[in-house]
Amino acid sequence: MLVLTRKKNQSIVINDNIEITLLDIQGDQVRIGISAPRSVSVHRKEVFEEIQAENRKAAEIGNVSLGGLLKKTAKDGENK
Amino acid sequence: MQLITKHFGTIEIEESGIIDFPDGIPGFENSKKFIVLGDGDESSPFKWLQSVDFPELAFAVVDPFAVKKDYDIEISDDVLKQLEISSLKEVLIYSIVVVPEDLSKISMNLIAPVIINTRTKKGAQVVLDTDRYGVRHYILEELRRQEEMDNACFDKKEEPIHCYK
Repeated sequence: MLVLTRKKNQSIVINDNIEITLLDIQGDQVRIGISAPRSVSVHRKEVFEEIQAENRKAAEIGNVSLGGLLKKTAKDGENK
Repeated sequence: MQLITKHFGTIEIEESGIIDFPDGIPGFENSKKFIVLGDGDESSPFKWLQSVDFPELAFAVVDPFAVKKDYDIEISDDVLKQLEISSLKEVLIYSIVVVPEDLSKISMNLIAPVIINTRTKKGAQVVLDTDRYGVRHYILEELRRQEEMDNACFDKKEEPIHCYK
């Protein structure tokens, strides 16, 4: 990993078309501005990983009848 | 064209119904084309989001507003441009559903809705910039909450704000 030291309002340019600017530093929180072409997707890592994991779980779905889902769940709920 | 699906075997689909997901779906980035399939019950808020590239890949999705009336999302300008959205009338919004063995724990992802432009046939799973929603909202709980809120509207003394929305 390349490690660079930057001060507030200083930037890093990646590949001529991505610019990362350090906007603000307060305690252990850092505000970062990213300007990049639309084709580059930018995500908070932990949120994105959570979504990937949830999607993998969603894809494990077996053979269920969609129409029955709510009826079944509603019934299960009543029994509780 | 003919499509092999996870839940319906080989079916005939209209190619015009195929939605392009240029970025795929997080976790399944290689699947770039999907189609929304119902299972015949039009009244059900659930649908299948079936991959066109991988027959074994299909997600159950739900109309989030059918489960949570006050679901409130802001679609960023970037997403509007990316999906070439010019009118909300052309937009479909679905939440991906996890159906665990214990059906009472069926959940939907509200922080990352699937947004589809039915006119340009483009779609994406969009990560909302909010901490109000998460990846797992239990549908039964939400429905129960919904029912309580609906009932509260009959009680004039309470006058909850949402009754006037």
